[in-house]
Amino acid sequence: MASLREIRRHIRGVRSVAQVTRAMQMVAATKMQRAQTQVLATRPYARHAWEVLQHLATQNGAAESLHPLLEARSRIETVGLVLVTSDKGLCGPYNANIIRTAAQFIEDIGVPVKIIAVGRRGAAYAARAGRDLLKAEFSDLPSRPRLLDITPIARASIDAFLSGELDEVYLGYTDFVSTLVQRPRIRRLLPLTAGPGYRSVVRSSVVQEEEPEAPAGEYIYEPNSQTILDIVLPRFTEIQIYQAILESLASEHSARMVAMRAATDNANELLRDLALTYNRARQDAITREMLDIAGGVEAMRG
Amino acid sequence: MATMYCEVVTAERTVYSDDVNMVVAPGIEGELGILPHHALLITVLTYGELTIRKDGEPDVLIAIGGGIMEVSEDRVVILADSAERAEEIDMERAEAALRRAEERLRRRRQENIDFAQAEAALRRSLVRLRVAEKARRFRHRPSKPPSQQ
Repeated sequence: MASLREIRRHIRGVRSVAQVTRAMQMVAATKMQRAQTQVLATRPYARHAWEVLQHLATQNGAAESLHPLLEARSRIETVGLVLVTSDKGLCGPYNANIIRTAAQFIEDIGVPVKIIAVGRRGAAYAARAGRDLLKAEFSDLPSRPRLLDITPIARASIDAFLSGELDEVYLGYTDFVSTLVQRPRIRRLLPLTAGPGYRSVVRSSVVQEEEPEAPAGEYIYEPNSQTILDIVLPRFTEIQIYQAILESLASEHSARMVAMRAATDNANELLRDLALTYNRARQDAITREMLDIAGGVEAMRG
Repeated sequence: MATMYCEVVTAERTVYSDDVNMVVAPGIEGELGILPHHALLITVLTYGELTIRKDGEPDVLIAIGGGIMEVSEDRVVILADSAERAEEIDMERAEAALRRAEERLRRRRQENIDFAQAEAALRRSLVRLRVAEKARRFRHRPSKPPSQQ
């Protein structure tokens, strides 16, 4: 059996681990809430941007010809995947889940994929998984990202799409369903299509908003609908990425919170066991000492 | 007086939403005054100050950094790239931003600075300062109604 001193040291170690994991659990809980509120705050903009797009689409007939960002290509040769993961570990199965989903997606799609990694974990995966898989990496986003922080990510995706390097761009992220459930998802980001698919894509980013009523009359566009599309479409792409990142952040923090709670519980359980072992060892030592003394006394008497 | 619903949103938050009487916005082709029952309109906005007027209340001044405005029957929605209410603007920080922008413009020949970007930053900071200053003046003279621009 381990010596008393060793057990004591072990107990000290486990106790400080439990303290750390508990603190991380608390921090993750606050951060999760913050990311959640941030996601909610983006919805009005997304909803209104969508309405503007709707108006433009209904008034101009065939929306595909309106703007290159709306144009579906007949031949898909290379697709891009914006993969949102975390920079840090210690968040349970969060990264493994989204990366597994991404790997499955890459296998299923059957054409070369380029990954635009948001977060170190995804970049590391892409670098490991194959040559030429990783196209760009965006790591070290602030813990409370602003739209400004993700503009370069949107820029990279849009530019690669417009230049013809990528024929489609997908967005891989983790949907925050509840504290216990986070669902890895992959959906198409570009091109935005005006078909039913487009509607559902857009709908899922505004979530549970009913269809806006059809505009009552003809809109005046100033200076013209093209310029307006030029502004709204990139913004809309941007905000979809922004929302995906915020959803992922909320998921990351809640996964970390759950993982850290489990770690704290385990540490506490271990502490109980160790305390028991320690006490038993201490009692054994006392008993042994008493026996020694008793034995000594017997011997002197004899 | 007739009112319309006005909402100013950025990607990060809703900056303003209320029933109002008039909105004056910096359109890309000049300032636009919107009253209730305006014709349906979607327009591009540029950097500038957005004035929202509501009867019986002081004007609300918002510095915006461009965006889109959608006017429908009874509603004005402004999708701004950035928006700050005058009272939220920190004068010291705005001045510091202005000086930085000027400095960057001055050095653009030696260093590899994107001119358009530097110029945009300069304009944005000028707008913010102007809006903040205007709002401060009005606060000191609350009785006089704000002049239109």
